[in-house]
Amino acid sequence: MDLRYSESDQKFRAELRAWLRDAVPAHGDPPRGADWSERRDYDTAWQRKLYDAGYAGINWPKEFGGRDASLTEQLVYYEEVARARAPYVGVNFVGLLHGGPTLMAEGSPEQKERHIAPIIRGEQVWCQGFSEPGAGSDLAALSTRAELDGDAYVVSGHKIWTSFAQVADYCELLVRTDPNAPKHRGITWLAMSMDLPGIEIRPLPTLLGSGEFSEVFLENVRIPLECRVGAENDGWRITNVTLSFERGTAFASDMYQLQQSLRDLTALARRVTRDDASAWEDRALRREVGHLAAELDAIWAMVKYTVSEAGKTGVPGMTGSCIKLYYSELKQRLGEISMRLIGRAALARDDLDDLPSGEIVHSALQSLSLTIAAGSSQIQRNIISERILGLPREPR
Amino acid sequence: MDFQLTEDQEALREGIRSFCDGRFTFDALRELEEKTAVDRELWSELAEMGVFGLRLPESEGGVGLGFADAVLVFAELGRRLVPGPLAWTQLVAGRIDGAATGEVVVGGLDLRGPVGGPLVVEHLEQLDALVVLRRDGVARIDPRDLDGTLVERPLDPHTPIHRLASLPEGERIGDGADAARLRLEGAALVAGQLLGIAEMSQELATEYARTREQFGRPIGGFQAVKHILADAFTRQELARAAVYAAGATLDDPEVGSVARAVSTAKLVAGEVAMKNARACIQVHGGMGYTWEIPAHYYLKRTWVLENVFGTIDEHAEEMAEHVDADA
Ligand SMILES: Cc1cc2nc3c(=O)[nH]c(=O)nc-3n(C[C@H](O)[C@H](O)[C@H](O)COP(=O)(O)OP(=O)(O)OC[C@H]3O[C@@H](n4cnc5c(N)ncnc54)[C@H](O)[C@@H]3O)c2cc1C
Repeated sequence: MDLRYSESDQKFRAELRAWLRDAVPAHGDPPRGADWSERRDYDTAWQRKLYDAGYAGINWPKEFGGRDASLTEQLVYYEEVARARAPYVGVNFVGLLHGGPTLMAEGSPEQKERHIAPIIRGEQVWCQGFSEPGAGSDLAALSTRAELDGDAYVVSGHKIWTSFAQVADYCELLVRTDPNAPKHRGITWLAMSMDLPGIEIRPLPTLLGSGEFSEVFLENVRIPLECRVGAENDGWRITNVTLSFERGTAFASDMYQLQQSLRDLTALARRVTRDDASAWEDRALRREVGHLAAELDAIWAMVKYTVSEAGKTGVPGMTGSCIKLYYSELKQRLGEISMRLIGRAALARDDLDDLPSGEIVHSALQSLSLTIAAGSSQIQRNIISERILGLPREPR
Repeated sequence: MDFQLTEDQEALREGIRSFCDGRFTFDALRELEEKTAVDRELWSELAEMGVFGLRLPESEGGVGLGFADAVLVFAELGRRLVPGPLAWTQLVAGRIDGAATGEVVVGGLDLRGPVGGPLVVEHLEQLDALVVLRRDGVARIDPRDLDGTLVERPLDPHTPIHRLASLPEGERIGDGADAARLRLEGAALVAGQLLGIAEMSQELATEYARTREQFGRPIGGFQAVKHILADAFTRQELARAAVYAAGATLDDPEVGSVARAVSTAKLVAGEVAMKNARACIQVHGGMGYTWEIPAHYYLKRTWVLENVFGTIDEHAEEMAEHVDADA
């Protein structure tokens, strides 16, 4: 049992830290408004900078332009990116964290050629068209229909909660190709270009009022056969490949970032006055902060443990579900403590006086999505109790 | 970095696990209830297993291992609720003759924190020496000099307690820094025991949920029960990471703040043990509320361990100081 980063890890850390020190401030703050094309420009330009500096695709193989960093270097990467408050992966999330990796594993040589390099350079943005109004947690119940007609699938259906759809170039699209097969067996995975005729994108405002996700209506969209990833009706297996990447280390930097958020909260508590004293004098608040700090340190230790386990066994451990479950609830608790700290300033989504109420309210509200997206907390508990503890399975 | 058990560590864990599984069955624990709990014969067997001399150098008759190993051993002792002042005796092995070999049973009192309530000593009748941690130093007291009254009904049936009217100064065997250090080390060992309690509580509950049937199916098929167990497992893995990290940090302080890692471990493991022991009782239903089912032993021992080397609240306040210092 050894928690020490090697000399080469430390060297990697020093180089990355030095690069981030200049690059992050130079990139400026993210656009605040609701204009998603500005957001796309901001996020993809950052991705391009990472690429030019050799830090893009930290866990991607070299042959695809990635850094192919060791597992411990990846940990260092997540720590440093969080520490430097570097821009979030943003609109590049789907392509970088699961679309690209799925294509590397399952795509044809032409598909890899068409997508992988542009994704890692920040030139191609992806979205994920999995969920439908009738198929959320029960994803395999999806009903978007695809029928083969000559050299193309003709697709009609309705996708929902599709993040970044309005700025995406491609979509990971799940369709039903065999309506008569059992539900897990009639699904196919398609890489759909978002400019095809018959695609209509309607913004679906989130509870933040933002247009982060959309509904996507498909009406007789002709998707060329060459866009099919893997075999027809083998889409469920490929979906699981995609989901395993999505649930992997996707949240690692955010998790480490929470430690930073807690330090910010502490500094803020020293500035906020309560009962003629600073809020930090409030012992109850200090206990709550200290409690959370212990849990955050523990969850980061758990990430290290899980990463080391993956290094030893070659496969990511099942505890990924545990980490996601615990982390998302921790972040919601942190959101609530922060809201309580600023008192009536929490009624504002803009900064009031010198209080960062805009940011605090935003994160507190946004954290509510964490227990829903990428497998809800209830679904994670089902997974843990069934696959780890061996308890009887839910109906599927 | 390789934050996993080495082969040697796995072997150490297996060895101590099979010893405890054989020696501290639930039947044996029930029998110990009637007795004084610290059985001299068992104590010397534990010593032979290396439990007390684990961290002493081989040149001094110890096993020459570190804290990362010690927390593993203590997790196993916690799983089987091995009774006695285990952490205290290991802490002073090397400082007090005979502790490492099991000839001398050492108990202790941690008076460094803000002490509330009466002076309560565990296992007094069995002790050959009592160690007291105070802010300004470490003292050794001869238990025969103490005027203690046995408390008829202790919370934990395996942790008899005496109430003391007063406490003599005793013989000074260490300074304030030693006391602080021993408290940290003790907190890490006890966090190990709490991890073991959390683990075993979850395992007992899961096993029961697989076999107990109601409404024509195993209760482990009901989602309300499955989710209790999924949470218990998740918390246990969180505690494991925290406890192992505390062990590894004590061994190699360059990897992080020892005080912070230990507070994290003690706080998290204490809370998790408490929640998992409670979940274990809940999943056992009415049987969980009986004396017969060992679930209550786990909850009761958790309270004993919570009240030494810093409580959840004390460690939370210490963590807040760490965060504030870094802010
Ligand atoms: C911010 C955000 C971004 C998203 N981005 C995308 C995206 O880009 N692409 C995409 O395809 N999808 C996306 N989603 C959709 C997301 O994957 C689904 O919302 C999620 O899978 C849950 O499905 P649902 O909304 O239909 O809820 P439901 O499945 O209807 O669940 C409703 C409630 O019932 C519970 N529940 C459901 N089934 C069970 C069960 N078996 N056992 C116990 N409880 C159960 C759930 O936990 C939940 O609390 C996004 C969602 C959010 C919030």
